[in-house]
Amino acid sequence: MDNMNIKFWSVLSAVAVTIMLASFPAFAEAVDWGLGLQSSVTSSGDRIGNFHDMLMVIITSIVIFVAVLLVIVMVRFNKKSNPKPSKVTHNVLLEIVWTIVPVVILIIISVPSFKILYKNDRIVEPEMTIKITGYQWYWGYEYPDNGGISFNSYMVPTEELKADQKRLLSTDNVLVLPVDTDISILVTASDVIHSWAVPSFGIKLDAVPGQVNETWFRIDKVGVYYGQCSEICGKNHAFMPIEIHAVSKEEFKQWVVKAKEEFAFNVFDIEKSNSVMPIKLTALTNN
Amino acid sequence: MGDHDHKISFFERWFMSTNHKDIGTLYIIFSICAGIIGGLFSMLMRLELEQPEVQYFLTAAGDIDGQMWNVIITAHGLIMVFFVVMPGLIGGFGNWFVPLMIGAPDMAFPRLNNISFWLLVPAFFLLFASALIGGGAGTGWTVYPPLSSSLGHSGMSVDMAIFALHLAGASSILGAANFITTIFNMRAPGMTLHKMPLFVWSMLVTSFLLVLSVPVLGGAITMLLTDRNFGTSFFNPEGGGDPILFQHLFWFFGHPEVYIMILPAFGIISHIVSTFSQRPIFGYLGMAYAMVAIGVVGFVVWAHHMYTVGMSVDTRAYFTAATLIIAVPTGIKIFSWIATMWGGSITFKVPMLWAIGFIFLFTVGGVTGVVLANAGMDVQLHDTYYVVAHFHYVLSLGAVFALFAGFYYWIGKMSGRMYPEWMGQIHFWLTFVGVNLIFFPQHFLGLQGMPRRIVDYPDAYAGYNMISSYGAYLTGIATLWFIVVVFYTLFFGKKASDNYWDVQPQCYTLEWSVSSPPPFHQFDIQPKVK
Repeated sequence: MDNMNIKFWSVLSAVAVTIMLASFPAFAEAVDWGLGLQSSVTSSGDRIGNFHDMLMVIITSIVIFVAVLLVIVMVRFNKKSNPKPSKVTHNVLLEIVWTIVPVVILIIISVPSFKILYKNDRIVEPEMTIKITGYQWYWGYEYPDNGGISFNSYMVPTEELKADQKRLLSTDNVLVLPVDTDISILVTASDVIHSWAVPSFGIKLDAVPGQVNETWFRIDKVGVYYGQCSEICGKNHAFMPIEIHAVSKEEFKQWVVKAKEEFAFNVFDIEKSNSVMPIKLTALTNN
Repeated sequence: MGDHDHKISFFERWFMSTNHKDIGTLYIIFSICAGIIGGLFSMLMRLELEQPEVQYFLTAAGDIDGQMWNVIITAHGLIMVFFVVMPGLIGGFGNWFVPLMIGAPDMAFPRLNNISFWLLVPAFFLLFASALIGGGAGTGWTVYPPLSSSLGHSGMSVDMAIFALHLAGASSILGAANFITTIFNMRAPGMTLHKMPLFVWSMLVTSFLLVLSVPVLGGAITMLLTDRNFGTSFFNPEGGGDPILFQHLFWFFGHPEVYIMILPAFGIISHIVSTFSQRPIFGYLGMAYAMVAIGVVGFVVWAHHMYTVGMSVDTRAYFTAATLIIAVPTGIKIFSWIATMWGGSITFKVPMLWAIGFIFLFTVGGVTGVVLANAGMDVQLHDTYYVVAHFHYVLSLGAVFALFAGFYYWIGKMSGRMYPEWMGQIHFWLTFVGVNLIFFPQHFLGLQGMPRRIVDYPDAYAGYNMISSYGAYLTGIATLWFIVVVFYTLFFGKKASDNYWDVQPQCYTLEWSVSSPPPFHQFDIQPKVK
């Protein structure tokens, strides 16, 4: 009979878990009433997602454990059920246990924590590099490996949105990137601090003036992904989104050809030019 | 307050006060007033965020006024930290009960005590005026340059906010020096450090954190001030400075600051749990040294607020490890409170409700802290609503719960009148439901990637924002109710006896040995502790 019960409950809970998982289909963007992380489309994001799943189990158990203890205490040791309070003031063994057990839990957490920290940090030999600059209030993108394509990316105002565009997330020029490529990003800012963040990539890196920060990602799936500036940067902080179109390598090559024409005004030819940043230099002389 | 030969005028008593109880009362009144203003700002924020698109923060021309939004969030943060929680817990309850609990007639430096309070008032006016002059300081409470330097904020507002912080900082440092001197030198005979009530322990540790961390903030904002006005470039990369340096200095202060806000809360909760369980606090020494440990480790974890600024990976690994360690002494405190209740004979009076609420909600805020401690994980959650939920669970549902717990626990002692139990119960339940409705859904918003400090959000975040705003309105109603409770208690409350909670000998502290309210000067005969 007991066995039957256990079996019944285990089947039921397995069904419940399956239904729960199935009822939260993965979206690589924010969704109405979404409960968890945006689903990830990069290996960096996957690692963070898996680690978060583990952390959720641990922290939920701790909260439930404390809640159960509190309920027991309130039921068993209120004035009615326990009129005479106990006189115990300490218990060395118990105190050692509740010091050591958390330490063990923290060690269990720290192992995968350090792993993802180091793996997500840098890549030795990126296949491609993108330079990102934060401005008040738009992002500038440069493709030094693809003929120096460079353009700025502003939010599309609400009244100009097309049918497939999202309010506060879509941009006029989108960052087009190839899938299955190790991409290194170099992030900086030209005025105040901004932060380049794309949740479905597991990426957030501050854009700090006078400093170039670096990280990397590799996109697994073709698609459209969004992010927002994540460091307060003035009055239009909420209005400098990031829109990325991840395309196949083949499509990316075609896009590069097109983009060189489209953004020809901005392109400077690295091979022919001796100065590294002609635009910046003129800005300086103007000062 | 009978036994006096001198009569003092109203002005002398309240504006030139050197009496720790009167100054404590001033601090509490100040904290409640500032709390109402800071709370009104959060109502404005939740009103705006209830629905997508911008409805309220508009300029006269009808454009979105992002600057005004930033000014309001900045003011909300600074007011709640410097003018509500700190004055309430440290200036208010600290001033009132540290001398009473250690059997001292007053604080060591009564005039210093007076100036600590009166520095805070102009600080608050400066901060308030900074919002009205020159566009306001819309930098966030963290005041990061270059947004806060003349590049981002060219008007006078940030300078005024800096002066406000200077004054508030000076006030805290002077107050802290006063507490340290009082606690080390004015304890009743027989009260060794290891017999000191835990609230006094918490104030001692807090005071050390204040004198060690606030001067660093003072230095950082002074450098910012000279960058803004005198052409220095401490934080300006074009002049060889570094904006990240400011963040290091700010958080070297800022992280101890969060413990400054929560340690006195720990002290208050310990007394309440002990009193209403009729048991001495379980593992007293462990509790005292856990606070010391939190204070010490709290000084070496600051850069966990800066995981995304581009620090080297080894630095981030160190700060991850150091930050995780804080969970250990915090766990000791949670478990010791539960162990105190275990085997107790608990009555669920209003202060105890706040205390139990504190323990549970602080645990929720604590475990999300463990999640955020991991640099690899934090990349996903940094500067999202997850962080907002986390620190409001430990501060708004932690420190503020302790403020209310302390208020209901001691209002009889302070005013001589009891609050009506049913009124306090209603206040607790309204607030408990309200704040959880505000902040629990914000975890989901953060996981889904909603950034902090934005005036308008993508439409997918609408659902939880709506719930959060409804929670805020409920909390607003609870706060109005609290004001009713305060006035009812002060004018119509029943008279309080000396030991109105019937605090048992095993939980006894000296404030219960004096009348309610205590005489103007207590302990004419010095008490002795066995």
